[in-house]
Amino acid sequence: MAEERVPAADDLLAPLPTKKMVLNMGPSHPATHGVTKFLVELDGETVTDLKIDIGYLHRGFEKSCESSTWTQVFPYTDRLNYVSSIMNNVGYALAVEKLCKLEIPERAKYLRVVTSELHRICDHLTLVGAQGLELGAMTIVIFAVEARDLIWDRLTELCGARLTSNYARIGGVARDLPEGWIEKTLKTLDRTAEVRDEIDALLSRNRIFADRLRGVGAISRADALDYGFTGPCLRATGEPYDVRKAQPYLVYDRIDFDVPVGSNGDTLDRFLMRVEELRQSDRIVRQCLQQMAPGEIIVEDFRYALPPKPLVYGTIEGVMAHFKQIMEGIKVPAGEAYSYTEAANGELGFYLVSDGGGRPYKIGLRAPVWPMLTALPQMTKGALLADLVPVYDSINYIAGEVEQ
Amino acid sequence: MSKAVIDALVQRLPEAVYDPYVGVGGDDCAFVRRERIVEVCRALKQDLGFDMAPYVTAVDYLGQTPRFEVVYECYSTKANARVRLRVKVGEGEELPSVTSVWRGANWFERYVFDMYGIPVTGHPDLRRLLMYPEFEGNPLRKDYPLRGRQPLVPEREIHDIFRGPGPATRD
Repeated sequence: MAEERVPAADDLLAPLPTKKMVLNMGPSHPATHGVTKFLVELDGETVTDLKIDIGYLHRGFEKSCESSTWTQVFPYTDRLNYVSSIMNNVGYALAVEKLCKLEIPERAKYLRVVTSELHRICDHLTLVGAQGLELGAMTIVIFAVEARDLIWDRLTELCGARLTSNYARIGGVARDLPEGWIEKTLKTLDRTAEVRDEIDALLSRNRIFADRLRGVGAISRADALDYGFTGPCLRATGEPYDVRKAQPYLVYDRIDFDVPVGSNGDTLDRFLMRVEELRQSDRIVRQCLQQMAPGEIIVEDFRYALPPKPLVYGTIEGVMAHFKQIMEGIKVPAGEAYSYTEAANGELGFYLVSDGGGRPYKIGLRAPVWPMLTALPQMTKGALLADLVPVYDSINYIAGEVEQ
Repeated sequence: MSKAVIDALVQRLPEAVYDPYVGVGGDDCAFVRRERIVEVCRALKQDLGFDMAPYVTAVDYLGQTPRFEVVYECYSTKANARVRLRVKVGEGEELPSVTSVWRGANWFERYVFDMYGIPVTGHPDLRRLLMYPEFEGNPLRKDYPLRGRQPLVPEREIHDIFRGPGPATRD
């Protein structure tokens, strides 16, 4: 038998024949937090290629929106990124207002920022907790969920729903703060800050955790831009782009906050960005609650906002305005606009086309994580199979918004 | 600032970029000829610093000719400027892919192909993105019914898993 002679140093290793293996991960895999299918090509334990199959959660968001009125779209937007639903509400409302050239009351702007930032905290807490969970640190996710649920309780008091909270409206917000809500929220923020610092102390300087994530799934600044990264994942690579600073909307230009920027673009940096953004969102909410003055919460233009109920029940004008809006929808001027906000995972864009009728002609959704998922094969090339899960988790893929 | 970008584009490629206008809210927009979109995008990226991959989507203006419009929402982190490029694409006409300019355009173009049935030429991996391969038609076309149900497809044979080393009979 003419066997090929292996080098002397490897004499003791059993020469096993190897060939590449294709592993189907998903569609229902616990680490995918939803339904996503990976086709992983493996050489031993090293990922050599990755194909991602998405679409299992496609609900026809754009098609459904095209057949409902502008206002009826709001509940659909809640279910895009269901961890931070108010951000989607606000993003969509701003897009419609851009098309209508509608200026909303000051208090409504503050309320939108407060609720958005509270939801940013929820979103980042979920991710930070899940990042621990993926690596076997079950404690972290329990901590994070505790704090998140406290915030969800505040939002329940405000909007009536725990998860798919629906707060923004075209022209303002749905309702004003209930009695004693601000004090309760400040206490909630204090508790959240404790939990956040505890998680930070447990993980960020934890040698095992940091070593596990450092250098894993790294992407360079130029590549990240080329793929269209936004949000914490882009900032982790050193690019300081944040819509709240670059194109301030609502009241972000009046608020003092910092944008954390990383340097390595790896999973650890993406994790640290989120922990730091938790602190910044806390600052933003506290400043807003201080700066906020009592006032109107929705425009008094009955072409866009529903009249208050006493008017609806008491006057013919009120009842007609209500009827026209519910039955025909808001008449948004014909045209097209693209509006973008900084959601928890990056730039959330809405491209709207109106034909002047009561229903959207087209709603294009730029989900923040969409481009990042495209880059996952590159980020995990040459990594171990075990790294795929934390890297995938760190881009915070939310199937609800990408698969629409 | 971005007005300057559109002007520079028009000046550079006068036959490719036409009808520049300022949209709602001060967005700078222009139309681009379908065949020249890659050239325009390359100029945008290389000469004008539009380094971030754009958001690409399409609109079906049923009843108009050309029927479709593909929209590119470009952003430059260097200049903090945005430009919207609109490309009119007729029924059955092919759209050149801009993945050679920005890799991030890949899945957006697959989406456009999947939902609107606009064939994208020069795309590295043109498959449906959200719908399954057996799906017939393109759901976001205006003539696709809202409740267009399609029959269940038979389960596909799994041929992409091949086992590791083992007895030859096992496979």
